[in-house]
Amino acid sequence: MTKPTTSDVVTGLESLRTVAPQSVMAGTLIATGLADQYAAITGPTGITLYVAFNERGVSAVVPAPDEAAFLAIYQTRVGTQAFPGELPPRLASGIDRTLRTGKLGALAVDLTHLTEFQQAVLRKTAEIPPGELRTYGWVAREIDKPGAVRAVGSALNKNPVPVLIPCHRVGRSDGSIGDYAYGAEMKRDLLEHEGIDATAVDAAADAGVRFYGSDNTNVFCFPTCRHARRITDRHRVTFRSQRHAEASGYRPCKICRPAAA
Amino acid sequence: MDDGPVTTTMPTKQMDAGIDGRLTRRLARDVAATFPEVIVAHQDGIFSGVLRMVPTRHDAQDVTQETFIRAYRALLGYDSNRIRDLKLRPWLWTIAVNLCRNAARDRRRAAVTVPLTGDDRATADTVDVAAEGIADVIAAEWQRRLDVLSAAQRDAVVLRHVVGLTYREIATALDRPVGTTKTDVHRGLEQLRALLAAEIEEKP
Repeated sequence: MTKPTTSDVVTGLESLRTVAPQSVMAGTLIATGLADQYAAITGPTGITLYVAFNERGVSAVVPAPDEAAFLAIYQTRVGTQAFPGELPPRLASGIDRTLRTGKLGALAVDLTHLTEFQQAVLRKTAEIPPGELRTYGWVAREIDKPGAVRAVGSALNKNPVPVLIPCHRVGRSDGSIGDYAYGAEMKRDLLEHEGIDATAVDAAADAGVRFYGSDNTNVFCFPTCRHARRITDRHRVTFRSQRHAEASGYRPCKICRPAAA
Repeated sequence: MDDGPVTTTMPTKQMDAGIDGRLTRRLARDVAATFPEVIVAHQDGIFSGVLRMVPTRHDAQDVTQETFIRAYRALLGYDSNRIRDLKLRPWLWTIAVNLCRNAARDRRRAAVTVPLTGDDRATADTVDVAAEGIADVIAAEWQRRLDVLSAAQRDAVVLRHVVGLTYREIATALDRPVGTTKTDVHRGLEQLRALLAAEIEEKP
C-alpha cells in the first residue's frame, strides 16, 4: 500500500460533511417564535380542533378533519411553519375551561400579528356570553367604530382563534345567524350547543323581528339576551327596529345593549 | 497551501458567499421573514463542524440549534446597516465555537460525577451494517484521529476541511491571527497524515 498523502487526509475530512437533523430547524423556529407548535383537541360539538400555540399563548384554532387538512389551512391562513407538539399544561387546562364555560377568561391568545382594530373586535367579541347572538353592528358600536360594520365582519372572518373567541356569536344585522369562516352549518351547531334554537332565530329574523321587549319592564333586548329569554310568551312584545321599540316607550337593556346611545 | 488556488477548486464556497450577501441584504429588511433561509443555508455546515468539536451527537444538535437561536436574538437587536455588513458565516461560527467550548467544559464537569454514555456521534438508528453503518465507522475513525490533535489544531482543521471556511473566516471564528490558523491547519493535517501512515504500517 502506498503511503497516505495530505490529499488523502483532506478527502477523508471532507467525507465527514453531513446533514443536520430535522429537529434543528424545528427547535430553532419554535424557540425563536418563528414557528408555532400544534396539537389536536376535541371541540365542544365533538369536532376536531387543531390548536396552534407559542410562548405567547394560543395562536390559531382550525377545525379540520385531519392533520393534512389542518396544515393546508394553516399554511394559507397563517403562512408560517408549524410543528407537532404537546400543549403546555397551563394552556391545556385554560382551553378546557374556555370550552367548558364558553368564556375566554384568562386564557392567553396570541393576537400580536393583528391590527389594533382587529384586536379590539376580537376582545369585544370575547365578552359575548355563551348562548347569546349579537350583530356586526353591535360590535362596531361597542368599540366606538359605528361605521365599520363591514370591517368588523372581515375581522371576524379572519379570527385566528375561532370557538375560543366566539365569533360564531356574532350574526347579521337583520338578526339572522349568517355565514362563518368554516361554514354556516358549523356556526349553527356551535350556537345550538350553547342552547340557541338556530331555526327559531333565523325564522324571527325572516319575520322582521329584531328585538324582544317585556311589557312588564318596558325593556327591549336582543332576542337571545339572557333577559329576553326569561320573558314569558304572555309578556313578550316584538320590535322591527330600535326606533320602533323606543317609540313604543321601551328602553334598551343595559346588559345586551341593543341600541346606540 | 494558500487561499487562492483552493477557493478556485471549491466553487461551493464562492456560491456560499453570494448566498450570504443576498441573505444579509434581505435580513436587513426583515429578520423574521428571512431567518429560516439562514438556517437552511448554514445548518448542515455548522452541524458537520460542531459534530467534530463536541463530545456527542446530542451535544452537536443542541449547539447547532443554540447557535441559530442566539444569532436570531442578536440580529433583532442590530440595526439594518450592521446586519447588511455582517459576514454571516464567520459570524455564525464565532457563536458556534463559543458554544462548543462551553459544551466541552460542561461535559468535563459532568464527567466528574456522571459517567459519560459514550460517543453517540454515529446516527443512533443505524443498526444495519449497510452503507450508513460503514460511513459511521469511518467517521468514528476520523474522530479518534482528530481527538489526538490539540483543540486549536482540531478546530482549525475541521473548519477548513470539514466545513470549508477560508483562513480569514477561521481566524474570525476562532479569534486568532490568520497566520496562526494556517499553521494550525498545516500542522494538524500533517499529524493526521502521520497517524494514518502509522495505522497502515501496523496492519499486517
